[in-house]
Amino acid sequence: MRGLHALKAMFANADEQRRPAFLPYYPVGYPDLESSLDAIVAMSRAGVDGFEIGIPFSDPLADGPTIQAATQRSLEQGTTVRDCVAAVRSLRERGVDQPLLLMGYLNPLLAYGVEEFVADIREAGADGLLVPDLPPDEGQTFCDICERAEMALVFFLAPTSDAHRIRLVDEHSTGFIYCVSLTGVTGERDALPRDLQEFIARVRAGARNRLVLGFGISTPGQARQMKGLVDGFVVGSALVRAGGDGPAATGALAASLRASLDRE
Amino acid sequence: MNRSAETATSTPDARGYFGEYGGRFVPETLVPALDELEAAFSEAMADENFLRQFAQLQATYTGRPTPLTYASRLSEHLGGARIWLKREDLAHTGAHKINNAMGQALLAQRMGKRRIVAETGAGQHGVASATVAALLGQDCHVYMGSVDIVRQQPNVFRMRLLGAEVIPVESGSRTLKDAINEAIRDWVTNVRDTFYLLGSALGPHPYPLMVREFQSVIGLEAREQMLEASGQLPDVCVACVGGGSNAIGLFHAFRNDESVDLIGVEAGGHGIASGAHAARFADPSLGRPGVLHGTRSFVLQNQDGQIMNTHSISAGLDYASVGPEHAWLRAEERAHYTLATDEEALAAFQMLSRLEGIIPALESAHAVAEAIKRAPSMPRDSVMLVNLSGRGDKDLDTVIQQLEGEL
Repeated sequence: MRGLHALKAMFANADEQRRPAFLPYYPVGYPDLESSLDAIVAMSRAGVDGFEIGIPFSDPLADGPTIQAATQRSLEQGTTVRDCVAAVRSLRERGVDQPLLLMGYLNPLLAYGVEEFVADIREAGADGLLVPDLPPDEGQTFCDICERAEMALVFFLAPTSDAHRIRLVDEHSTGFIYCVSLTGVTGERDALPRDLQEFIARVRAGARNRLVLGFGISTPGQARQMKGLVDGFVVGSALVRAGGDGPAATGALAASLRASLDRE
Repeated sequence: MNRSAETATSTPDARGYFGEYGGRFVPETLVPALDELEAAFSEAMADENFLRQFAQLQATYTGRPTPLTYASRLSEHLGGARIWLKREDLAHTGAHKINNAMGQALLAQRMGKRRIVAETGAGQHGVASATVAALLGQDCHVYMGSVDIVRQQPNVFRMRLLGAEVIPVESGSRTLKDAINEAIRDWVTNVRDTFYLLGSALGPHPYPLMVREFQSVIGLEAREQMLEASGQLPDVCVACVGGGSNAIGLFHAFRNDESVDLIGVEAGGHGIASGAHAARFADPSLGRPGVLHGTRSFVLQNQDGQIMNTHSISAGLDYASVGPEHAWLRAEERAHYTLATDEEALAAFQMLSRLEGIIPALESAHAVAEAIKRAPSMPRDSVMLVNLSGRGDKDLDTVIQQLEGEL
């Protein structure tokens, strides 16, 4: 079971356990290729629900300092898009069975060839794709290709999105919608934004997709606040920062975030 | 496809495309801000009061129209085409950048956004932004790569003197590309009350269109001045191309004059073979269509789609992509693009200084270098128009280092 079906099952499973799905973000090649795979395997064993696997890009304009530095380091070690495709294959071989979505900026995917890229990641065992600098207005080619491949293509909404944007993104997004919690870049924050409830309520009113929240979520306390609010959430920078201390540290943080969802 | 009609209006389509170049590739957070900007821009351009205010400030503050100077000794020395210089170096703050900065800052004021963010490479756009922000009482923050801060010290001091905050950018190559990344990150974060004053004819729609409209005064004036001074249109117009705002500002008025050749000059750095350059159109192994900073255009990138670090002696041309309208003009063969190396630009810098008493910006010296190459083979009754986009005072440190012992 792959692609959209795998995501559907992931959400159904989390629903059954009355909690949101937890999808860590981790970039390929940080601090090196092997360690990044080890970190993802460790998180898989910690019982996370799915993954966003980051493809490094030289100019990641939606990312804050932590992910910028990590992906820069990955590039300096020579990580390529082909390495990222191969990483998916090797994660599957190592028993990672959660849904895997590739997250990458547009230009490297264009250079690879969109059709070929989608075919290759599908063949490697991925379930979908997120492209942070591709709004649906520019995404028709991607939509068609992903639809044919039965792969999820996730678009984004932000607190600045009005009813028209919510409708447009909902029409194009498959698998879920990635809701950006705040106006800003990725990175850890002390507190969740105050207008979060209002933002999510606005999206719920206009969208039929599942909603996954990201940006600024890093602690077990913040993870618990996702219960009853959204269908899933992403933690990135905090896990990447932990990855600097080795894969076990990332796995341990993922385990504590995951455990926080089981407490009443 | 109705190509001729498109050429006549030269307007991007509703999605901001010039042919297959342009568009709007940005995080979702910015899409509503770009919609708002697009609406405000088209309202402003249809508003007599806005246009009157803009024209009045251009006349009384910027010092427009800038003169057209006949470069008699340079023309004589080269022994071919008669060379005329459009003197954007004489605009307030010393470069064409203020034309666009003034237009956008007035638009920001109209939209009720008091906080301005800008990026800068050579510092000229940063200085122009800081200047108009001081004039209009706006709060200005300029992102600048730390490499550029070192090579453009006088402009850093100018910006601070004008009350702007200069924020050093330490990421990536620490030049213009990275300054734009940081400015966009700031804009994403503060999008509700901040206006992004983008300095060149690039970025997501409507920026390439808006910057061209605010810069088109260069060509409109020059065309009229040329006809008045010499009774004829130029045979060729030459301008340097980094992002391409001074070039598009010059070219736009001549787009329908079929007899006028339009020549853009990219930064050849140490030469194409060296790989250390910023010539997007001249290096087929690295310069290919791609997406950078929200627009589809020619981009210097490796096989894996990672953006290349660039090199030019002039910070203002040191950029991995180029405005989408230039990519389109090139595809349509309406404009042609060539390059000048660091060495050629330096030689042109000195020649113009000695023969005309005009010290050009190193960016503009690339256009002068093309004039030096091209003029001798042109007939004596032919006319070449060169956009002297800025003055060279800011470059003295760089040039002193390069020419140590020679002067």
